[in-house]
Amino acid sequence: MTINEIDADVLVAGGGPAGAWAAVKAAEAGASVVLADKGYLGTSGATASAGTGVWYVEPRPEAREAAMASREGLGGYLADREWMARVLDQTYANMNELAEVSRYPFPVDDDGRQIRRGLQGPEYMRRMRVRVRRAGVRVLDHSPVTELLADGSGAVAGAAGYRLRDEHPFRVTARAVVLATGGCAFLSKALGCDVNTGDGALFAAEAGAELSGMEFSNAYAIAPAFTSVTKTAFYSFATFYHADGSVLEGAGSQRGRSVIARTLLTEPVLCRIDKATPEEQRAMRLAQPNFFLPFDRQGIDPFTDLFPVTLLAEGTVRGTGGIRITGPDCATTVPGLYAAGDAATRELICGGFTGGGSHNSAWAMSSGTWAGRGAARHAAELGGRATGRPVRALGEAGVRPAGPATGGHAEYVRAVQAEVLPYDKNLLRHADRLVPALDALDRTWRELAGTLRGEGAGLVRARSAAAMTAHARWMYSAALARTETRGMHKRQDLPEQDPSQRRRLVTGGLHEVWTRPETAALAVAS
Amino acid sequence: MIEIVSRERCIACDKCIAVCPTNVFDRGADGIPVLTRQSDCQTCFMCEAYCPVDALFVDPRSHPLPEPPDEADLAAEGLLGSYREQIGWGRGRTPGARLAVGPSLNRSGAPLTS
Repeated sequence: MTINEIDADVLVAGGGPAGAWAAVKAAEAGASVVLADKGYLGTSGATASAGTGVWYVEPRPEAREAAMASREGLGGYLADREWMARVLDQTYANMNELAEVSRYPFPVDDDGRQIRRGLQGPEYMRRMRVRVRRAGVRVLDHSPVTELLADGSGAVAGAAGYRLRDEHPFRVTARAVVLATGGCAFLSKALGCDVNTGDGALFAAEAGAELSGMEFSNAYAIAPAFTSVTKTAFYSFATFYHADGSVLEGAGSQRGRSVIARTLLTEPVLCRIDKATPEEQRAMRLAQPNFFLPFDRQGIDPFTDLFPVTLLAEGTVRGTGGIRITGPDCATTVPGLYAAGDAATRELICGGFTGGGSHNSAWAMSSGTWAGRGAARHAAELGGRATGRPVRALGEAGVRPAGPATGGHAEYVRAVQAEVLPYDKNLLRHADRLVPALDALDRTWRELAGTLRGEGAGLVRARSAAAMTAHARWMYSAALARTETRGMHKRQDLPEQDPSQRRRLVTGGLHEVWTRPETAALAVAS
Repeated sequence: MIEIVSRERCIACDKCIAVCPTNVFDRGADGIPVLTRQSDCQTCFMCEAYCPVDALFVDPRSHPLPEPPDEADLAAEGLLGSYREQIGWGRGRTPGARLAVGPSLNRSGAPLTS
């Protein structure tokens, strides 16, 4: 039977870790739940195909204090201690649930105690799928949401989408919606990220929600050239070289990534993982089997051979910008709409910087938990009043263009990629390059919003193209508004941190993009 | 990108069609999956992990090759199913998650467990 119309208390859009936890926790709170994923719950998103460290810290005050202090400076002091403490508590609880409820096979230490500081993506997400289904959640795979629905008051009341496998539109009327659709990596082919085209941020903005931290959107990961495998952590054991074999001074996986980027603009960069002991080499294989796939399958020994590397854009997947959160339940400024994981801003615990894993996975499971519970509570409060309320679809660009409709999503994607993927525009930022890039993106948006419409699976691609264009405009508007260097946002023309700009930036709007400080500058801690 | 669906090994279970996050596969007329949307492949290797008979091969390069690699060569080199084996999926294997303790990244700190 083809599904057309479904009614539920809570709709979760997205089946990565944040969406999976949201669905489980909403169902456990008594809600009827539908989870719709663009791909497949279990393989979708940046986590499933990778391995990730987790910000799992024993609840000892001194350990927690050290954990919270460790990255505050890197993040430009924009994080919030209260949120960090909540995430540490929630992550600790969820990881213990993974061990006890999902029987995740954690490694054990010499004393036989489980080490719960990391997760293998395929194993983690396979078990989350089982748990979601056991909780009674109705899972729609290969069913991307394409737009939100709202009631007469503007409260979010469900979503519409398209079932790719049986080629049929669907609609879920719901009392609350959780957006857990991931960040935006602009189809850069970074590992597992091509499903992350920023769709949720577009839907949220169409409903009137705000974004925050969009200037922190220039994450790039190291990968062997021409491959997808973005596991930057192990490059801390690497040395980088010019093509002639001389060492590329200052290059590194941590602070030296911009050296690699600058060099890649004009010449290849070679690499060798030559600082790892044999014991460390063996541990790497156990910890990250996928790190070795590009090497093993191309006949490269990464510990002894030189191989070319590239940097792949991870945008707001590893960047911290996203939908602005306005409450502890991961509510947004729009009633009935909640956000979690990379779709939501991660500034609350990371400020303007994160590496991979760790905080990101902790944020996904914690914010997913809170958003799921928050959405279930909202649905219960609405109760029967929401039954049969008239709803309207909110989608514009890519689905309801202002003028006569044409296709051409692929050209828009290329136009956006030309402005956001190059290192000298997005990573190595300068007003002289950001201003014309934003102008070009604005022109792309006007044309797209005026004419682009897709049908069937083409609708999904058209909406992704619109989402990427909107995302890029929010990114560069915020990047121009933050007239300093802070966190991952590094302005070559403004290399100093400006104490008066120690506050978050809120961004929004579709046809006219706006940016404003969230508050006055936060008190200087140190 | 996904390059090979082995006609010899495939048992037409449709698992790869179901799990591919970017919906690359369709069922062919004879039941064997075909690569309808190869250019959408994101080289995430998940289909290989889920294939119960090691019938798939994902080349690590994120662009299509001019010619698919030779299946017999890949089998001889032990590359068909090597990822599934490394993550310890499949009957009688130890889950890779159980062994996933990485090197310490700062030499003085805790070991990396991802």
